[in-house]
Amino acid sequence: MIELPFALALSAVIFVIGMVGVFIRRNAIVVFMCIELMLNAVNLAFVALARQLNTLDGQVFVFFVMTVAAAEVAVGLAIIVALFRNRETLNIDEFNLMKW
Amino acid sequence: MASLIFLILGVLVVISSLLVILQRNPVYSALYLVFTFFSMAGIFLILGAEFIAAIQVIVYAGAIMVLFLFVIMMLNLEREPEAPGQHPWQKVFAVFFGLVLLITLGGAVYSGVLKAEPVRAVAKPAVENTKAVAALLFTDYLLPFEIASVLLLAAIVGAIYLAKREH
Repeated sequence: MIELPFALALSAVIFVIGMVGVFIRRNAIVVFMCIELMLNAVNLAFVALARQLNTLDGQVFVFFVMTVAAAEVAVGLAIIVALFRNRETLNIDEFNLMKW
Repeated sequence: MASLIFLILGVLVVISSLLVILQRNPVYSALYLVFTFFSMAGIFLILGAEFIAAIQVIVYAGAIMVLFLFVIMMLNLEREPEAPGQHPWQKVFAVFFGLVLLITLGGAVYSGVLKAEPVRAVAKPAVENTKAVAALLFTDYLLPFEIASVLLLAAIVGAIYLAKREH
């Protein structure tokens, strides 16, 4: 059965791609999308390992990860809208008020 | 046959997620992310998680990405300009650290999971996937389920309050 190593490798690759996206992109919405990529990579790892261990607890946890991700996207995009309304830009380099 | 489809879907996921992070226009990034989510749903189907595949399409590709696209449309963003204040080698460092993490994760998976657990055959499930997940969700995981609904309520209230226009 080739699925487990391949699925875990794929999960690691997608997680790293999301992480590199968070590092190199300047637009706040695209950074948020890369965070969603990372969450999806973790979901894939959960499902693959649940299949390996012949249990469904991993899939239940994926359900909760998706719920939390949906709530996080709603609140996060509301924050981004509020930010844009105040600063007229979404370049994350501009939000440096807490820099000393 | 299933392995071949799995391989094709995996390559599609990697290519489209690379395109998500490399596109200049945020709308293109969002569309490639939708494609990534659909391919991931296909991978979930091959891994036997039909319920998760269905709610991946409905929730992630169907609700979350629609929300993203609505916000991008509402804020009327253009192409991302070249970042002036960036360190000139930031992309190089980012890719380097990404590769370091990838190798570390690969090593951790190999030494932790792949050596310890022998790869065994998967038992054919007795009931359908949705029924089995629901049985777990409403018995063993009932408390997290109810807390998740309270979390969604808090998210609704928070999102509405944060995005409201000042009067």
